[in-house]
Amino acid sequence: MHSDAFDRYHHKNSALHRLDPRIKVVVTIAFILSNALLPDGAWMAFALSWLFLLLASALSNLGLGFTFRRSFIALPFALAAVTVLFSVPGNLLFQFHFMLSDFTVTDAGLLRFVSIVIRSWLSVQMAILLVAATRFPDLVHAFEHLRVPAILTTIIAFLYRYLFVLTDEVIRLLRARQSRSAAAPGHRPCRDVVMQRLYMARVAGNMAGQLFLRSYERSDRIYNAMLARGYTGQLRTLNAHVMKSSDWLFAALSAILILFLQLIGRL
Amino acid sequence: MHIPDNFLSIIISMICWAITIVTLGVAISRTNKTLGERQVPLMGVMAAFIFAAQMINFPVAGGTSGHLLGGALAAITLGPWAGMLVMTAVIAVQGLLFQDGGLVVMGANILNMGLVTVALGYGLYRSVIGQSRITKLTAAGIAAWLSVLAGALLTSLELWLSGTAKLQLVIPAMLGIHALIGLGEALVTVAALSFILRTRPDLLGEQSASAQGGRGWVVAGVLIALAVVLLSPFASANPDGLERVAINMGFIQTGQPAPYQIIPDYTIPFLGATPLSTIVAGAIGVIIVSAIVFMAGRSLQTRKS
Repeated sequence: MHSDAFDRYHHKNSALHRLDPRIKVVVTIAFILSNALLPDGAWMAFALSWLFLLLASALSNLGLGFTFRRSFIALPFALAAVTVLFSVPGNLLFQFHFMLSDFTVTDAGLLRFVSIVIRSWLSVQMAILLVAATRFPDLVHAFEHLRVPAILTTIIAFLYRYLFVLTDEVIRLLRARQSRSAAAPGHRPCRDVVMQRLYMARVAGNMAGQLFLRSYERSDRIYNAMLARGYTGQLRTLNAHVMKSSDWLFAALSAILILFLQLIGRL
Repeated sequence: MHIPDNFLSIIISMICWAITIVTLGVAISRTNKTLGERQVPLMGVMAAFIFAAQMINFPVAGGTSGHLLGGALAAITLGPWAGMLVMTAVIAVQGLLFQDGGLVVMGANILNMGLVTVALGYGLYRSVIGQSRITKLTAAGIAAWLSVLAGALLTSLELWLSGTAKLQLVIPAMLGIHALIGLGEALVTVAALSFILRTRPDLLGEQSASAQGGRGWVVAGVLIALAVVLLSPFASANPDGLERVAINMGFIQTGQPAPYQIIPDYTIPFLGATPLSTIVAGAIGVIIVSAIVFMAGRSLQTRKS
């Protein structure tokens, strides 16, 4: 099994793909911060923010709907924000009775809820675009340039490298469990549901312990192999990042656009 | 529990980043001192292990399935500082690559799921190091359960302080769900540790990285555990009280005069109204869970040769 289903990079030859990873990271974070700083109900500014996102999508050759299709991942979390509907004082919109409590939805609560969901939705899409248009090692390298400690970026690089290897290992473990978990139709291996659940939790725990030992022993071999190839405690890259004039241009345009939409949002 | 971007206010995100950066700074300087270059591939592969181990699922109840979160397990097997770095890497990749958690709020996610869980998990485990196997496993189970609750509690508090969620609803919902998730976490952590103790006891022995943490961890772990145990029932039963405390301490400036019209005498019926009774209730809850974890640990032990 090839578990490169994890890789979120989409190979395309586009202006956004060629952009310096550092610029892409900084602009993405500035974009998310700018969304957070916009006041509730700044619809014009939200629309401009969305336009910015669409422009970036257009530059990426991935299609305008690309980020939209993947943007529902943060939606379940909106459930936590639903509670804000009932907690902001304002004019009463409607009221309902549920589980012994009266819930009152106010216009201010609704405004706040919709604003939170829009902000979060825009931010998630920009992050999706960043990862789709930047190779992960370049991304990690960019974070290193942005002063993230080397030990962390190295761990992250290793995590990414061995994620695929260990996922294959997990898939083998899961397949082995499945092939040994047969039961005749209508026959329950264990009458007592609680004992059965405990048993299954123990099997999962044994698998986790097994995976731990395999990973631990593998890391030894990896270290020895690295030493054999001249590892001195530092990872090197051929991909030296050099800022081109197009990078500076994109950064400047993004900064102007973000300042402009902040201005619109506050007027 | 991964908070997406823009669900926390800028101020709360920045406070969380500050705490996270300071803690990670200490963790990095400590690991640089005590660990050699050999440990770097080890920590990287262990981070991938936590990530991959989260895919091992098992049925819980009603068609839902549980899986490992790994904070306590990472802390116990790798030691506190390395555990923190490993969990940080896992959460960073979840946020960066899979958009499971935002970028600007990543500081909060690392704090909730990577730092507090490790400190609590390690502290409680460290307090019983050198004891019998069953004591160790019981402590690990309780630590795993509490670490999940600690993360859920912190997440709810951050959401509430950001004005994104209503305390009266988010605390009971989050703590209720995560009390169950935490049971799964406890069972799997105990079983995994029991497996490692059986096959490679040297990895968890007196000489291992996990035994090297200072005594201070016990204090830190017990303090965080106490905070969770005392604050959770208080916040569930008496959210208005917590809100008042926050206003008094200046966390919330908007002195909204009770704007909501959820029934005013909102209390959880079977808990009393005084803080004392809610704390007692919390303590009883912890004892019950400890007993469950202990029994589960016993039943997991029975097959041992």
